[in-house]
Amino acid sequence: MSFHSLQLIFGTSLLEIRGLNILIDYLPYFMGGALITLGITALSVSFGMIIGLFFGLFKLSNNKILYYFSSLYIDLFRGTPLFVQALLFYFGILPAIMGDVSAFHAAIIVCSLNSGAYIAEIVRAGIQAVDKGQMEAASSLGMNYTQAMLYVILPQAYKVVIPPLINEFIMLLKDTSIMSIIGAAELVQRGRIAYSVTYEATWIWGGIALIYFVMTKVLSILGAYTERRLDS
Amino acid sequence: MIQVRNIHKSFGDLKVLKGIDCHVASREVVCIIGPSGSGKSTLLRCINQLERVDSGQIFIDGEELTDTKTDINKIRQKVGMVFQLFNLFPHKTTLENVTMGPIKIKGMNKDDAADMGKELLKKVGLVDKTHVLPGKLSGGQKQRVAIARALGMQPKVMLFDEPTSALDPEMVGEVLAVMKDLALEGMTMAVVTHEMNFAKEVGDRVIFMDEGLIVEEGLPSHIFDNPSNQRTQSFLSKVL
Repeated sequence: MSFHSLQLIFGTSLLEIRGLNILIDYLPYFMGGALITLGITALSVSFGMIIGLFFGLFKLSNNKILYYFSSLYIDLFRGTPLFVQALLFYFGILPAIMGDVSAFHAAIIVCSLNSGAYIAEIVRAGIQAVDKGQMEAASSLGMNYTQAMLYVILPQAYKVVIPPLINEFIMLLKDTSIMSIIGAAELVQRGRIAYSVTYEATWIWGGIALIYFVMTKVLSILGAYTERRLDS
Repeated sequence: MIQVRNIHKSFGDLKVLKGIDCHVASREVVCIIGPSGSGKSTLLRCINQLERVDSGQIFIDGEELTDTKTDINKIRQKVGMVFQLFNLFPHKTTLENVTMGPIKIKGMNKDDAADMGKELLKKVGLVDKTHVLPGKLSGGQKQRVAIARALGMQPKVMLFDEPTSALDPEMVGEVLAVMKDLALEGMTMAVVTHEMNFAKEVGDRVIFMDEGLIVEEGLPSHIFDNPSNQRTQSFLSKVL
């Protein structure tokens, strides 16, 4: 909707609100930031699901080494603030092992590792929610562990896993705002830039909050829809 | 077909099996009876290694299951198992429950597996339920699908772990009838059961277990009509 059409609807008095003018001017810039936020979130949840699947399985493994390794990883990433993880990885660990790394890439790595830890627990709980008899039935047919997981356990666990996974997606979408601390050009980072130029705190941050709200609302509607479909 | 030699099994401090020796010959139907907690289900679960024994040996079809070098999954394909609580795969139709093993484990072609699956479902009287999910079936129907699923792997032995204990009384008969047909076809079977009439009528031999030991075994006529051990007598007087 252009500013001109807004003017037609609300009358000329809107023109006198400086903050609204500024917000509308910055809107395309913020939308770009929102896309980056969505991108970081989607990529991180995708990688996080792969990490989480394996570490969730490790956590249930009889192999003590895998079990302790996965417990340590999950505890460390759930037990420290994402804010601190971002600083540690961007300024410390990543430059040491990868040399020069962009804020965008660092944000994806940190968010993937962080959400992987949460998703591992979701996967573990999902697998444990499947009746013990299912593994026994699969084994009694002669399936090995991988076959039983692939054909019997995971197809049943995923129904239990979907709702908390969507929740994790929403949480992470909001948490990517923390990545502004390392200068990833996501939504909050762009809000800071806009604010430092205009000093319109209420309009700028109100607009940013609204964009986050629309994104999470859309996700939760999609989530509710998926849940209904899974139930039927 | 099945040889069990001096097996012991404990869960923590609880000794469940205290030295069991038994065998099931080819084409033989052996019924295992006894009070709850006597170890009869555990014995059956040890036979296909759902529980690992602490000591002793188990042989199936000449191969030693308790040898760590043995591929247990290979042997399990020869041993069908039917559970008290059915354990059907709820996300798969009855036909898929039957065909999953042959397709995924044996690499059978899908059409052949479907033909065989339908044949097996016909055998257990459920050919009209091929595309139904297990959730829509009665307990008796579920258990019959579970039997068909186990038969899908073309096992040499069938193990039944209290197959009718979770069923409503009016459904017990239909499951026992399927098992009886199977026995008449010459299937080798080990059946843990509380159905004394089934043991009497279909069993070739009856094993009575109590407190982790085989107390008495013999022909059904001997066990039911002339039990020599006092514990067998007292158990039977309560259930018959």
